[in-house]
Amino acid sequence: MTNAVLTRPGRPAATELVRRLPEYLMIWVPLLLSAAHLVSFSLWTLWISFTPSTLVPVSGWVGLRNYTAVAASRNWQIAFDNLLLFGSAFVLLSAATGLILAILLDQRIRGENVLRSIFLYPLAVSFVVTGTVWSWLLNPGLGIQKLVHDLGWTSFKFDWLIDRDMAIWTIVIAAIWQSSGFAMALFLAGLRSVDADIIKAAQIDGAGPARMYRRIILPSLWPITITVVVIQLQFAISTFDLVRALTNGGPGIATQLPALVVYDLMFQRSLLGRGAAAAVLMLLILLAVLLPYAAWRYVQRRRAAHG
Amino acid sequence: MADRNFAPSRILIYLAVSLIAVAWLAPLVVVVLNSLRSNEEIAHASMIGWPQQWAWSNYAAAWSGFCVAETCAGIQPYMLNSALVTIPATIFSTMLGAIAGYAVSLWRFRGDNWIYGIVTLGLFLPQQMRLLPWTIVLRDIGLINTLTGLVLIHTIQGLSFTTLFCRNYYVAIPHELIRAARIDGAGFFRIFWRIILPLSGPILIVTVIWQFTHIWNEFLYGVTFTTGQQQPVTAALIALSAAVADIPQHGVQSAAVIIAALPTLLIYLLGGKYFVRGLTAGAVK
Repeated sequence: MTNAVLTRPGRPAATELVRRLPEYLMIWVPLLLSAAHLVSFSLWTLWISFTPSTLVPVSGWVGLRNYTAVAASRNWQIAFDNLLLFGSAFVLLSAATGLILAILLDQRIRGENVLRSIFLYPLAVSFVVTGTVWSWLLNPGLGIQKLVHDLGWTSFKFDWLIDRDMAIWTIVIAAIWQSSGFAMALFLAGLRSVDADIIKAAQIDGAGPARMYRRIILPSLWPITITVVVIQLQFAISTFDLVRALTNGGPGIATQLPALVVYDLMFQRSLLGRGAAAAVLMLLILLAVLLPYAAWRYVQRRRAAHG
Repeated sequence: MADRNFAPSRILIYLAVSLIAVAWLAPLVVVVLNSLRSNEEIAHASMIGWPQQWAWSNYAAAWSGFCVAETCAGIQPYMLNSALVTIPATIFSTMLGAIAGYAVSLWRFRGDNWIYGIVTLGLFLPQQMRLLPWTIVLRDIGLINTLTGLVLIHTIQGLSFTTLFCRNYYVAIPHELIRAARIDGAGFFRIFWRIILPLSGPILIVTVIWQFTHIWNEFLYGVTFTTGQQQPVTAALIALSAAVADIPQHGVQSAAVIIAALPTLLIYLLGGKYFVRGLTAGAVK
């Protein structure tokens, strides 16, 4: 770890330092800036969350008052409930869609490359674009419902976008469309790395395709499944742009999510202390997902290292 | 084996993938078609339909005509803003990330594991935890509401990704190569230029595509730290839909959406392989 300094004998340390100054700067300045901003900005936001700051940050200490105020607000409660529903529905459905797509693509079909590109292209587009487009398609007066009405089926109803109870599902739909391809890419890589010898042995034993998937292939995919779920959860927790463009939290505050609450408190209501508290709560939700995952990865690695 | 392609199960598989592929393409097709229909035509029918007359003028209006607030310059100035943020920030973060990744993986120095560990935490830390500090810092150094400010943010934040990508690629390079070069008297920069950089082609493409796509598509920082004429195109699209909410111009809006999505879509079409590699490389961290 410390083999960096290969000082040649006879050369004074000071001139050596000057000579190597450019490389020290190039190594340390970017890394230090990056690391320092991550640590100090997190602590800074944490500190603001304990102060009575409103329009501008001020010093002072209010203990957990900002946290209790945020947790007691209807806005946050709806956002949190929505996150639970959106997070679980989106993660399960996009993982399932991705797995089905991967299995279908893995059947040695023609045009696999084209199909894969089709399922992955939404990932190259911004959530603002995705949200805007789906807000048109799902708008009952403009999109799918209007089309079906124009075709003659006038009692057809698909108005989730303006339905308080169902609006959150429009975000689930758009999010699945946008990111199932990601799950597909990871699952496909997993399917391709299943040991060919095991499959051959099972075939010789007379296992059919259904049995093969159930007994051998799918069980070997579960580490990848956990990775997919964690990454999609991480995305769900910080979802902002998609909702902003699709429903803007509406109708009313029916599709509010934590990231929107943070933005609203910080920049629309100028309640910096509460906004910071909401941001810290978001981080805690994220840690509740990531820390068990990190622990699991650690155990996996140790087990792999020790055979 | 010849009849395998005609077995009923094969037909079902092809039917299923084709149907899903159509569903995945439908939103894009709908918007492309709408961008070629007049606002009136869409208002009379629905968003989903074939153009009666090809309204190519939507693109001219979207590019340089429509109004957001008092300015009527179309989407063009915001596209320029996005380009002026995305291109420098992509170049800086990739360059610095390559050097940092090289230093951390092959050069090694005291504390390298520690600082690398902290830097990669940036992959997970929500943007919301950095919004207020960035606002204060940008205001203090006079870069609030400037494109330079956004370049600075995206460069520093992008380092977490670019360092990780490059480091994971460089650890596979044999250390003996570096050791031999150092014995020959080559320094940090000479080894980087002569040995590392020529080997870096694939990872630099992955990193550039990843950074470009992410910065171009970023919205939260754009809408928080810039206003009006300084906003990137993602923020301008939201401002546009809000501005025309009373009298929607769906034809022109669709053209604006297509224009805004075009740079990243083109990059995806041209470098899809590298795009996917970045996607999965980020996942297997």
